[in-house]
Amino acid sequence: MNDTTTSPPAPPRRIPWDTLAVAPFVIFAVMFLFLPTLSLVGTAFTDRTGNFTVDNIGGLFSDQIVAAYWISIRISGASAILGALIGLAITLAVIRGRLPAPLRSAVMTFSGVASNFAGVPLAFAFIATLGRLGLVTIILRTLFGLDLYRSGFNLLSFWGLTLTYLYFQIPLMMLTIAPAVDGLKKEWNEAAQMLGASQWQFWRYVGLPILWPSVLGTLSLLFANAFGAIATAWALTGSNLNIVTVLLYNQIRGDALQNPGLGAALALGMIVITSLANVIYLVVANRAERWMK
Amino acid sequence: MKANKFWAWLVFALGAAYFIVPLLATFEFSLRMRRGTYSFDAYASVFADPAFAASFSYSVVIGLVTIAVGILVVVPAVYFVRLRMPWLRPFMEFITLLPLVIPALVLVYGYIRLYNSSSIIPFTGSALGTDILLTGAYVTLALPYMYRAVDNGMRTIDIATLTEAAQIMGANQAQIVAQIILPNILVAILSGAFLTFAIVIGEFTIASLLNRPAFGPYLVGIGTNRAYEPAALAIISFIITWGAMGMINVLGRFAPHTSARTD
Repeated sequence: MNDTTTSPPAPPRRIPWDTLAVAPFVIFAVMFLFLPTLSLVGTAFTDRTGNFTVDNIGGLFSDQIVAAYWISIRISGASAILGALIGLAITLAVIRGRLPAPLRSAVMTFSGVASNFAGVPLAFAFIATLGRLGLVTIILRTLFGLDLYRSGFNLLSFWGLTLTYLYFQIPLMMLTIAPAVDGLKKEWNEAAQMLGASQWQFWRYVGLPILWPSVLGTLSLLFANAFGAIATAWALTGSNLNIVTVLLYNQIRGDALQNPGLGAALALGMIVITSLANVIYLVVANRAERWMK
Repeated sequence: MKANKFWAWLVFALGAAYFIVPLLATFEFSLRMRRGTYSFDAYASVFADPAFAASFSYSVVIGLVTIAVGILVVVPAVYFVRLRMPWLRPFMEFITLLPLVIPALVLVYGYIRLYNSSSIIPFTGSALGTDILLTGAYVTLALPYMYRAVDNGMRTIDIATLTEAAQIMGANQAQIVAQIILPNILVAILSGAFLTFAIVIGEFTIASLLNRPAFGPYLVGIGTNRAYEPAALAIISFIITWGAMGMINVLGRFAPHTSARTD
C-alpha cells in the first residue's frame, strides 16, 4: 500500500495529447485575434517617434471623424431598431399567428439565406431595385407617376443604406429571436385567457415582458453587425459615404488620415463601441435565458 | 382569433414583399442587357469572362482550405476541452465570440501592421504568405460558427463513453478523434463547413485589403465598370448562398439527432 492507490488508474500519454490538441486553437487565437488587436492598441498610443501618447485618441475628436462615427452609429442604430421590431413582428406572425407549418420552416430557411446574403451582391440587388434605373423606381414612375429621386430619395444615403442593411438585419433578428418566441408556452396564453385577459393584455403583461430581454440583447448584436459592415456600403456608394468603416478602409489602403497612430485609434474606437454593444448583449442574454427551458 | 390570423397574414405578406421584390427586380434587371427584349446575355457575358472563373475558383480553393484548417483547429480542441479540461470552456466561448466583437476590417488592419514584410513573420511579403494570412483571417471569421456547430454536435453524443470504449479496444487518442468522434459529428461539422463557405466565397474587405484576386474584389470591380453583369452576379451569389444553406437543412434532416435546434 503506497502512493499508487491514491493516483488515478493512469492513462498513458495523457498530457501530450491534451496539450497537442488545444495548442493549435490557442496559437491560432493568439496569432489572429490577440496579437493583431494588441498591436493596434499599442499603435494607437504611440506617436511617430515611438513614444507613448494619448494625442491619437484626442485626434478622434476632429469634425470629420466624429461625423463619421455619428453617421455609422445612426445607420447601425436605425437598422438595428427597425430590424429588431420588424423581425419580431414577422417571427410572431409566423410562429404565433397560426400560419401553416410548412410556411414557417420555409421562412426560417429563407432567413438563413438572407442573413448571409450580405456584402457586395446585396448592394447590386438594391441598385437593380431602387437605383435610378431599378425596377421599383421605374414602376413607381411609370405606373404611379412618383419620381423617387425627384422626391428626395437616394439609395446612396442614410435611409438608402439603412433600407439595404435591413435585408440582413431582419432575418438575423428572426433567427436569433425564434427560440425565445418558441419558449412562450401556449399554456401561458390559455391561463391568461382563463383569467379573463384579452390578447392585448396577454402581450402587454406576459408575452412582451418575457421577450423583452431577448429583443434588447439581439438589438445590440444587430447594432454591432451593422457597425462593422463595409462591403455593402462600399459597393453601394464607393468611398463617398463618410461612415467610420469607409474612413478606416481608406486609411488602411493609403493612410488617408496621414497618421498611422490616428488610424489605429480609429480602429480602437470601433472595438470599444462594438464591445459595449456586446457586453450589453451578454448581460441581457444571461437574464433572458432564465425563461428558456 | 380571426383578426389575429388576418394580422399574421398581413405582416407576413409585407415582409415577404420586402424580401422577394429585390430578388425579382434584380433578376429582371439582369435580363435587360439586350435592348428591347429579355435575354441571358448578362449571364453569358459573366461566364465568358476569364476573370470570373479565375477569381471564383481562387475563392473556392481558399474556402475549402479555410474549412479544413477550421476543422483541424476546432474539433480536437473542443473534444479535449469537453472531455478533460472543462474549466477551459468559458475561455473558448470568449475567444470564439471575439470575431463577432472585433470587426473584420479592424482585424485585417492589425494583420497588415503586424505581419508586414519587415516583421518577424512576414506573411504579406509573398503571394503564398498572403494566401496563408487570408486563410487565417477567414478561419477567424468563421470561428464563431464552426465552434458552435462542432460544440452542438459533441453535446448530442456521449463522448466520454465513446472514448472509454475506444480506449478499451486499444485505440490511441488520435485514432479516437479521427475515427470515432469525427464521423459521429460529421453532420454538425458539415453544417459549419457550408456556413463557412457561404461567408468566405464573396468576402470583400479582407481579400481586397490584402490585395488577393478573390471573388469579392472581382465583384466590386464589375460593379464599377458594368451595368447589367452586377445584377447577374447578385443572382448567382444568391443561388450559391441558397445552395450552401439548403445543404445545411438537408443534412439536418438526414441526421436529426446531431442537428442543432434552429427552429
